[in-house]
Amino acid sequence: MDYFLSEDQMMIRDLCRQIAEERIKPVRAELDEKEQFPRELMKSLAQADLFGLIIPEQYGGLGGGCLENCIAVEELSRACVGVSTTFAASFLGAYPILLFGNEAQKSKYLPLIASGEQLAAFALTESASGSDAGSIQTQARREGDEYVINGSKQWITNGGEAGIYSVIAITDRSKGARGASAFIVEEGDPGFSVGKKEIKLGIRASATAELIFNECRIPADRLLAKEGMGFIVAMRTFDKSRPGVGAQAVGVAQGALDEAASFARTRKQFDKPIITFQAVAHMLADMATKIEAARALVYSVARYVDSGAKDISKAGAMAKLFPTDIAMEVTTNAVQVLGGHGYMRDYPVEKMMRDAKILQIYEGTNQIQRNVIGQELNKEYGRGK
Amino acid sequence: MKIIVCLKQVPDTASVKLDPVTHTLKREGVAAVINPFDLFALEAALQLRERVGGQILALTMGPPQAAEMLREAIGYGVDEGLLLSDRAFAGADTWATTAALAAGVRHLGGADLVICGKQAVDGDTAQVGPGLAQRLGLPQVAFVKAIREASAEHLVVERQMDDGYDLVDLPLPALITVVREIGEPRPPSLKGKMRAKKYEAPLAGAAALGLAEDQVGLKGSFTQVVEVFAPGAAGQREMLPGPAEAAGRAVIDRLVADKVILLGS
Ligand SMILES: Cc1cc2nc3c(=O)[nH]c(=O)nc-3n(C[C@H](O)[C@H](O)[C@H](O)COP(=O)(O)OP(=O)(O)OC[C@H]3O[C@@H](n4cnc5c(N)ncnc54)[C@H](O)[C@@H]3O)c2cc1C
Ligand SMILES: Cc1cc2nc3c(=O)[nH]c(=O)nc-3n(C[C@H](O)[C@H](O)[C@H](O)COP(=O)(O)OP(=O)(O)OC[C@H]3O[C@@H](n4cnc5c(N)ncnc54)[C@H](O)[C@@H]3O)c2cc1C
Repeated sequence: MDYFLSEDQMMIRDLCRQIAEERIKPVRAELDEKEQFPRELMKSLAQADLFGLIIPEQYGGLGGGCLENCIAVEELSRACVGVSTTFAASFLGAYPILLFGNEAQKSKYLPLIASGEQLAAFALTESASGSDAGSIQTQARREGDEYVINGSKQWITNGGEAGIYSVIAITDRSKGARGASAFIVEEGDPGFSVGKKEIKLGIRASATAELIFNECRIPADRLLAKEGMGFIVAMRTFDKSRPGVGAQAVGVAQGALDEAASFARTRKQFDKPIITFQAVAHMLADMATKIEAARALVYSVARYVDSGAKDISKAGAMAKLFPTDIAMEVTTNAVQVLGGHGYMRDYPVEKMMRDAKILQIYEGTNQIQRNVIGQELNKEYGRGK
Repeated sequence: MKIIVCLKQVPDTASVKLDPVTHTLKREGVAAVINPFDLFALEAALQLRERVGGQILALTMGPPQAAEMLREAIGYGVDEGLLLSDRAFAGADTWATTAALAAGVRHLGGADLVICGKQAVDGDTAQVGPGLAQRLGLPQVAFVKAIREASAEHLVVERQMDDGYDLVDLPLPALITVVREIGEPRPPSLKGKMRAKKYEAPLAGAAALGLAEDQVGLKGSFTQVVEVFAPGAAGQREMLPGPAEAAGRAVIDRLVADKVILLGS
């Protein structure tokens, strides 16, 4: 398929593919096995300027948009979703600053993120608040020229590895969803520490940790936008980032198809390559078709987002929902095509299957994506009635 | 630190063929790449620039299409290139090559450090680095595997030896040639590649470099290629029939008999 990418977009794709082949593939199994953070790989991505992809040029980036991000993330995910999650989470942490930061905040933090000198992270989820983000407990109170944050965040990607954290906390409990605010917290801020590091089913190269705020004092100018805009910051961030999760799904599914199709051509049973059995060939055909449909959806939505469209919630949810569901299906079927080999750690598909699962869960579970799409449909069809 | 990296464009070794009549390399239609060893020289330069700052210039002598290689070098993050190209340069041996490269280094205003690859995969002499240092009157360390210290005045480098390495304190300006251990070449960068798209390397011929025709190319060379040929395949091939296990066992038996491997009891 030809998606009529520009010359620059093809360059991004080819470079990411080269990095994935030369740098990521040789180490992915070990990173997974040892649950080891890919520090060296992050340095490679930084040297290749990839952390600057979506950061405007005046802040040291390349000024790319959602589509450029999706192209890069897809290629990295084809080799390892643990690595691509680490990379993409830095942009997740950067979006609040990019979208809502003032000039001083942007010029202080974005160049650090663009150069890859520091990773960023986004912290919303808490132990008692997952899908129901409105129920967060972490509080921030104003004291003179400072905010004082108390509470904890759970399962934060790049926790303990990032230097810059975008944190959502309640500033006025009486206002409900309008009482949350977004802050920038830096590694080393007094009262800020990193707690438990999680042990996971998949994306084991990525770091997932608890963040603890114990009378954490930050200067008042770390507030993003205005008090009360915390959930707007979070929702706009997810609107931008969700196609990227779809791109991760397309990448890992493509990686699984690559493995399954070449295995099926060489593995012989009953004196024939197993790809000649219609049952196997049809499985591969369905995999390839669904991947292409998912890619087309992700690229279209990414272009729509880049057009500056405002009503991107439904499209963004679709671009996360469909690809991540088919990625789970495709990676599971890839294991099936490889049979017993697929179940073994010697082959990469069992890891892909473990990795794919997270895509249906983070940045809003797929049930929540369906809720978003359903609510939008209800609005659309209710209009004028 | 001002660093000049010498890069040679070579045929992609995967697709090299010899002309059966002239016995010279058939370069037409063969993909050209940066000499693989020179990628380590480039990596060494990029690492040094990260450590101490400065500027990297890429220098090459070659036919006009070597400009494409300099563009590739820009993609890796090199600041500027210089292409030495002239009909008179054709047929250069290592003596004439270093004459042109030395003039190129002077044309660029000299450098704190010149870095060459260990050797070129086509010519394969490993003479150009040392020869160039000699012509420029620079101290040199060949086969550098690590740069331990770097400052404006000197480098402390590890020189690879058969039985370990030498630690050398090298005053600058100087020339080094580097080996693989210096570090895996990084992929290109996006900003570099965007700049490379529009980059045109400056070009200098013999006249611009102040070189006479008899100093360069075939006329300036002491050696000539008399014959180049591909040695015939010497190995023998034997197919071991039968199921994989029996064939595998036969291979092991043969390797043991030839004393290639020893089987433990
Ligand atoms: C590896 C990993 C990395 C993460 N990284 C980050 C990060 O960087 N930053 C961050 O803030 N968070 C992060 N998260 C948290 C993630 O976003 C949440 O796990 C996710 O939003 C779901 O919340 P939950 O796990 O508490 O599930 P719950 O909300 O408890 O949901 C449990 C189940 O109930 C379903 N459910 C809940 N409510 C509804 C409803 N209204 N309708 C239908 N079904 C519903 C869910 O779909 C799910 O199946 C990460 C999580 C993981 C596992
Ligand atoms: C098939 C063949 C046979 C040859 N036979 C002879 C011969 O018999 N006698 C003879 O003297 N010459 C011969 N030459 C020519 C000559 O050796 C080389 O082409 C040239 O002089 C460079 O030497 P090298 O390739 O051995 O480079 P090396 O000395 O192996 O290269 C070391 C380093 O020097 C630098 N360097 C080398 N060449 C260049 C360049 N053009 N531009 C920039 N940097 C460079 C690179 O950093 C390289 O890594 C032959 C060439 C070929 C292709």
